Amino acid sequence: MTEQNTKTITPKANRATLRGRPELYTEYARDQALLNTASKKLWTGVLVAFTLLLPFLLGRDLVGLLTLVFIYAIGGIGLNLVTGYAGQVSLGHAFFVGLGAYTSMFFGGAPSMTLRGLELDMLIWLPMAGIVPMLVGLLVAPLAARVRGLYLAILTLGLVFVGEHLFREARTITGGPQVGRRGAIPEVLGFNFYENQEILGFALRREQIFYFFCFALLVVMGVLARNLARSRMGRAFAAVRDRDIAAEVMGVPLLRTKVIAFGVSSFYAGIAGGLLPVAVGAINPERFNLLFSVEFLAIILIGGVATISGSIIGAAFIVLLPRLVQVTAPYLPLIGEVVSVEIAQRMLFGALIVVFLVLEPRGIYGMWLRMRNYWKAWPFSY
Amino acid sequence: MEILIATIVRGVGIGSTYALIAVGFVIIYRATDVVNFAQPALVILGAYFNALFVFNYGLPFPLAVVGSMAAMALIGALTERVALRPMVGQPPFSAAMVTVGLFFALYVLAARLIGSNVITMGDPWGLSRVEFLGTTVGQVDIAKTIISLTAIAVVGVFLQRSKLGLAMRATALDQEVALAQGVNVGRMFGVSWAMSGALAALAGVMIGTAGGGMVALDAFVALKALPVIILGGLDSIKGSVVAGIFIGVAEALTRTYQPGNADFLGANFDVVVPYLIMVIALMVRPYGLYGTKEVQRV
Repeated sequence: MTEQNTKTITPKANRATLRGRPELYTEYARDQALLNTASKKLWTGVLVAFTLLLPFLLGRDLVGLLTLVFIYAIGGIGLNLVTGYAGQVSLGHAFFVGLGAYTSMFFGGAPSMTLRGLELDMLIWLPMAGIVPMLVGLLVAPLAARVRGLYLAILTLGLVFVGEHLFREARTITGGPQVGRRGAIPEVLGFNFYENQEILGFALRREQIFYFFCFALLVVMGVLARNLARSRMGRAFAAVRDRDIAAEVMGVPLLRTKVIAFGVSSFYAGIAGGLLPVAVGAINPERFNLLFSVEFLAIILIGGVATISGSIIGAAFIVLLPRLVQVTAPYLPLIGEVVSVEIAQRMLFGALIVVFLVLEPRGIYGMWLRMRNYWKAWPFSY
Repeated sequence: MEILIATIVRGVGIGSTYALIAVGFVIIYRATDVVNFAQPALVILGAYFNALFVFNYGLPFPLAVVGSMAAMALIGALTERVALRPMVGQPPFSAAMVTVGLFFALYVLAARLIGSNVITMGDPWGLSRVEFLGTTVGQVDIAKTIISLTAIAVVGVFLQRSKLGLAMRATALDQEVALAQGVNVGRMFGVSWAMSGALAALAGVMIGTAGGGMVALDAFVALKALPVIILGGLDSIKGSVVAGIFIGVAEALTRTYQPGNADFLGANFDVVVPYLIMVIALMVRPYGLYGTKEVQRV
């Protein structure tokens, strides 16, 4: 099942047919291209340019918050690969994120009296932060592949609790409960990505540098995930999700597909985990609990299941929501008097999952699709 | 020996509470094919209502328990009507995620109502102890076991003997056929959630009677009913009871004997024991001890 490179119809004879019809595809590869329309190319460019400009326009805390969005988006893409594309519901994502975080701290963190750390370069610790969770994911996956649906959800939920216990007990690596540990040092060949630097005469703050770094990583990993999703493996994921028995009958190796889905997803989770403590400063083992897993599920449910851009939108939504509630609280009735800001955030979080599942199962991305198709067909939209 | 007996009695006590919560899960799962992750939130809300009735309205303890069960039955049925009824016909995963969302909404509500206080249930047992097989054990553990198992037995008899129970079992077996036979399937969903809510309230009271009272975070204790239903089988009440008591005893034994004998496993290892048992159970019997194997069709 290679990409069908049939170059049959397009040549000379049909040039005339194609003229003025930019969205008429005569090749599968062109239809499946990442940026298959002119407006997509334009607006993606504008969006990227705008994202690159943002850190110069916003305050420090907002830049930090957007960096967090990128990190959550990487983790969200990972969960979307296994849950959205391959249909294997995982409540254990927090465990893999945590594993990535502590792997990065072990390899890249500074040692102290009580903590172990190797102080290696980011070129080593960041890949390791992905690889170690990936290996664990590959180990767990054959077990997870034995069970389906809700059983799988509950099994992975068990993983979170076991993981939380491990993180609490491995004090020499994680710092222990309520103490935590600082993130690894993001230094590549002497260049620190989390330090104020002067580049080509521009003085850049550390938040800005790390923002650019995380954004670049998100773009690379997003494109990789998107490519995986439209490859042979991605089609196998979708087949397993839609009906696993039917997929097996058609020759999709079930176990291998599920194992790969878990492995790749855990890799993404681990990378997000490696970056997270750098962005937030220090992190406790308690952070990687069930709530954290549910946050990731909310990211893909609210953003859009089985879409990469949806994962990013969802991450932005989940990370920025608390801030939004905080900012708007003084203008809203009830909040602040009857319920505190924090409680309003949590309740809104739960309510939003329910509202999106009931009203728009395809998430914000689905809303965008509906809007786009409405205007695309306007004035004949029905 | 005395320590062993005391430990087992304590384990059976807490295990029967797990069984009670698990039966709530099972009833909803059988009726609607949904695993109700919101159950733990119902458990602490039930405990809160009980404390409210006892201390703010001065009701005697048994009346307060009945009152909180009734209140939670109402909340359960309402929840089903508002949030779960629109999910009929949707994939089970979506419905399960709705209950996860509900869990957070209800949990936050309960945490807000309870605050940072420790609530007590005003139960008559307190810390008093009783002679049992040559050692003294907490009265409360015996009471927990008896009350929980009685409640589960009542549910079992109700499902087996009453007309409504028959209708519920018919719904569980096949919703469309039940509908064709004149069963009001929607109402059965509501009744299932109401029963489950009432059981959750009772379980909440049982958890809260333990010496230390109850805090909002105990919702995560109630999550231990998930390993129980996996071990027992998602659709088996008998399985819930057996697995609940097994896991309760295993947890209590670990708590007593692991410190000192196996310190390398770390502090509070008993908290993860139910989950480890669940993982092993899934490896050996993916459908639990008494669960029905899922029929797979292309």
